[in-house]
Amino acid sequence: MNRFPLWKYLLLAVALVGGLIYTLPNFYGEAPAVQVSSAKATLKVGPDTAARVQQALTAANIQADYVQLEGQSVRARLGTTDTQIKAKDAIAHALNPDAADAGYIVALNLVSRSPQWLTRLHALPMYLGLDLRGGVHFLMQVDMQAALTKKAESLTNDVRSLLREKSVRHAGISREGQAVLVAFRDAATRDAAREVLTAGEGNEVLWADAATANGDLQLRGTLRPEAARKVQDAAVKQNITTLHNRVNELGTSEPVIQQQGQDRVVVQLPGVQDTARAKDIIGRTATLELRMVDDSAEAQAAAGGGPVPFGSERFVERGGGPLIVKRQVILTGDNLKDAQPGFDEQQQPAIHLTVDGRGERIMRDVSRENIGKRMAILLFEKGKGEVVTAPVIRGELGARFQISGRMTTAEAQDQALLLRAGSLAAPMEIIEEGTIGPSLGADNIKMGFYSVMWGFLAIAAFMCLYYQVFGLISALALAFNLLLLVAALSLAQVTLTLPGMAAIALALGMAIDANVLINERIREELRAGSAPQTAIHAGYERAWATILDSNVTTLIAGAALLAFGSGPIRGFAVVHCLGILTSMFSAVFFSRGLVNLWYGRRKKLQTIAIGQIWRPDNHKA
Amino acid sequence: MEFFRIKRDIPFMRHALVFNAISLLTFVAAVFFLVTRGLHLSNEFTGGAVLEVKYAQAADLAKVRDAVATFNLGDVQVQNYGTSRDVMIRLPVPERLSLGELADQVFGKLCAAEHGRVIEQSLVSDKGEQISRLACAVGEGEAQTEPLVRSRSEAVSASVGDELVHDGLKALAFVIVGVVIYLSIRFEWKFAVAAIIANLHDIIIILGFFAFFQWEFSLSVLAAVLAVLGYSVNESVVVFDRIREAFRKYRKMSTREVIDHAITSTMSRTIITHGSTEMMVLSMLLFGGPTLHYFAVALTIGILFGIYSSVFVAAAIAMWLGVKREDLVKAGRDDGEAPGGGAKGRQVQDPNAGAVV
Repeated sequence: MNRFPLWKYLLLAVALVGGLIYTLPNFYGEAPAVQVSSAKATLKVGPDTAARVQQALTAANIQADYVQLEGQSVRARLGTTDTQIKAKDAIAHALNPDAADAGYIVALNLVSRSPQWLTRLHALPMYLGLDLRGGVHFLMQVDMQAALTKKAESLTNDVRSLLREKSVRHAGISREGQAVLVAFRDAATRDAAREVLTAGEGNEVLWADAATANGDLQLRGTLRPEAARKVQDAAVKQNITTLHNRVNELGTSEPVIQQQGQDRVVVQLPGVQDTARAKDIIGRTATLELRMVDDSAEAQAAAGGGPVPFGSERFVERGGGPLIVKRQVILTGDNLKDAQPGFDEQQQPAIHLTVDGRGERIMRDVSRENIGKRMAILLFEKGKGEVVTAPVIRGELGARFQISGRMTTAEAQDQALLLRAGSLAAPMEIIEEGTIGPSLGADNIKMGFYSVMWGFLAIAAFMCLYYQVFGLISALALAFNLLLLVAALSLAQVTLTLPGMAAIALALGMAIDANVLINERIREELRAGSAPQTAIHAGYERAWATILDSNVTTLIAGAALLAFGSGPIRGFAVVHCLGILTSMFSAVFFSRGLVNLWYGRRKKLQTIAIGQIWRPDNHKA
Repeated sequence: MEFFRIKRDIPFMRHALVFNAISLLTFVAAVFFLVTRGLHLSNEFTGGAVLEVKYAQAADLAKVRDAVATFNLGDVQVQNYGTSRDVMIRLPVPERLSLGELADQVFGKLCAAEHGRVIEQSLVSDKGEQISRLACAVGEGEAQTEPLVRSRSEAVSASVGDELVHDGLKALAFVIVGVVIYLSIRFEWKFAVAAIIANLHDIIIILGFFAFFQWEFSLSVLAAVLAVLGYSVNESVVVFDRIREAFRKYRKMSTREVIDHAITSTMSRTIITHGSTEMMVLSMLLFGGPTLHYFAVALTIGILFGIYSSVFVAAAIAMWLGVKREDLVKAGRDDGEAPGGGAKGRQVQDPNAGAVV
């Protein structure tokens, strides 16, 4: 009865090997590395950048462990800190010939030292939280009301132009909070207007009849809840994108920029200690300008290398060629409401731009006068401008127009992103911030580690003394639990924090409960006179119901923490819940496997080593 | 080795009234301190800023207080944290300053008090990570020293704090409802109510300790408190499981005897399990440093009172609520578990027990 079928042993073996593999990367520590990321929104880091980095290293006679593209940056892992600094200089020299106008950020960094075959299995070390590695964090609140007001403002303009287009005569359009109000003199016009508005506006706005204070008829438009939600989502997404672009400049290894809840953004910058500079960079805005391209003869000559004519400036186009652009600014990014990638009438990739009311008037005038000429869209970052695109004006433009031709879908997406990158969709406010020093982080790791280690050793020693072989098996099961927990945390790339380490310790402290329950049950069965094999069987069977019940109640508490907690509580809760799950597996299934392996085959088992079984003299059983 | 050599069931329930009176007294005291003293909430809940600095020598707290006092912030706390070289300063954030700015300014002031100047320093750690930070430097070049290092700063706006309080209460409500529902399904509503009353009283007692000693109540302490709730409910579950089993096994015992028997037979397990968990918690208390200190303290109190309340209080409440054999045994059969039996019963049914098939 105390034997497992082969598949159960196989399952245990798989769990053990899997646990070992995914725990392994945590033991390798970190190696010095050089990270290359883009300094400009218009410059992308790709496989060719990796090749260039490799080239630069080979030229400088530096042997890197590997050079590879990871997300938005290229990383080269190096043997020692000495070669790291040499490599940084070599790469910076090769990639940024002009130090004053650096296209790439070359920063020193740390990467895991674990071998490549582990990385290929997605076996990565645990992701350490800021309290364990040091860094800066911000929690930012996105002002959703502002985003909605901005949307209502643009809706007001849309409605105005739409009614004019369809020649519906209204008696004034205004915005009140986040609602659009359209007044009418008679009911017939109002009905006509309603028809036009509901047909044209998709389903974004909900129109309701209303009356002004002096009795005039009115239509009151409010954003539908789902449209409002879309506006809010888009606002948070755009802010996150913008933050990403800005934060890249800090060159930190793994910046975390995530949405938290509906309207919050968490920014974590490991390795950065200087909040002021981080805030400066996060708060920086890139600006967008629309200007006309100077196509005079002098400008043509200037593009070839001559002097730039008065009233114009030389910029670099995205392809690399020079472009002479007039100094006069037609529009700025403030007037640009949206830029989305899409397709034009010929199903060619295009970027759809929307400008606000003021922008619309200017665009109409400027485009009418400049048909056939080129317009440049410039992105200014850190005081330096770059041409994102310079399309030829084909006709008169309105509030919505598109840029198309000579681009791929990917380019259209990139450019739309760049055009939007200039501004935040809604203002943000920092509601929480903090810094943790790197030495404090290292101390925290040490403290967390020692807590787990000494606690574990104390429990293991006690179990071995008190329950002998069964105690040893319990201790092994506990070690297996720790292994599985660490492997699960590494595999899921859950952020490990100090409260998370406390949760590991606590999970082990609680997990031993299951083994104590089992061992006590077995002893009890033995005391009652059962044969050893029966006692083991009954002990495990009976204890199981209790273990399940008690773990479910603990899990309920864990789930509550997970659902309602944030920050340190969440870090604790994730590990706590995972720990309960792994402990059920290891304490019951794994320890039973060991017991079966040890005792299960012996047919004439007389005694088992579970410590002394004391029998009261007057026990009746 | 066998610690518990109990000859016959200990008549715990005869003293149920005494146990509950003790519980009630502690509970009332805890509520009293909670009301009169209140919790010393950390800045995560109240909003405000915390700055932790590490001095090269033992810190002069009076000097630090003087330096901070120049900001006229009102309620500022300056205290040692962990060692005599670490100082923690808690400040309310005034309207005129944005979050975080305050921490920078206070750091500047502390630095000036040590005759140093704040510089932006970019350095490479010995492992090869680039770090930029604000440092306080005295002297030039080779002779440059750092009298104090900024180890941590944290600023939270008050609105976030309010939310945390709400979320904490929601989590508590979720746990209570969840546990009551689960235990009602698994056992019976009387047990569920008894368990939750007994364990909520633990939580109030932990909070009472924090109020009495004015220990800092932070988010991690809140996590510990909720974890304790789950943990000590599990303790009650073990006792209830035994009660159910004893009801099935010993048909002639009265409810009181059954409860006594259940508590006595789980005694050994209770002490050993809690002892083991407590070993882990003590290890955290000893090695976990100041950040985990109150977390471990909350757990320790929770574990000690958890044993007491789930063993003596929960069972007694269940008894007074009038648990009967019929409540459980029928429900148990429906669960499809082996009815009656026990080691002895099984041996009678199966004379070949122990033989391997």
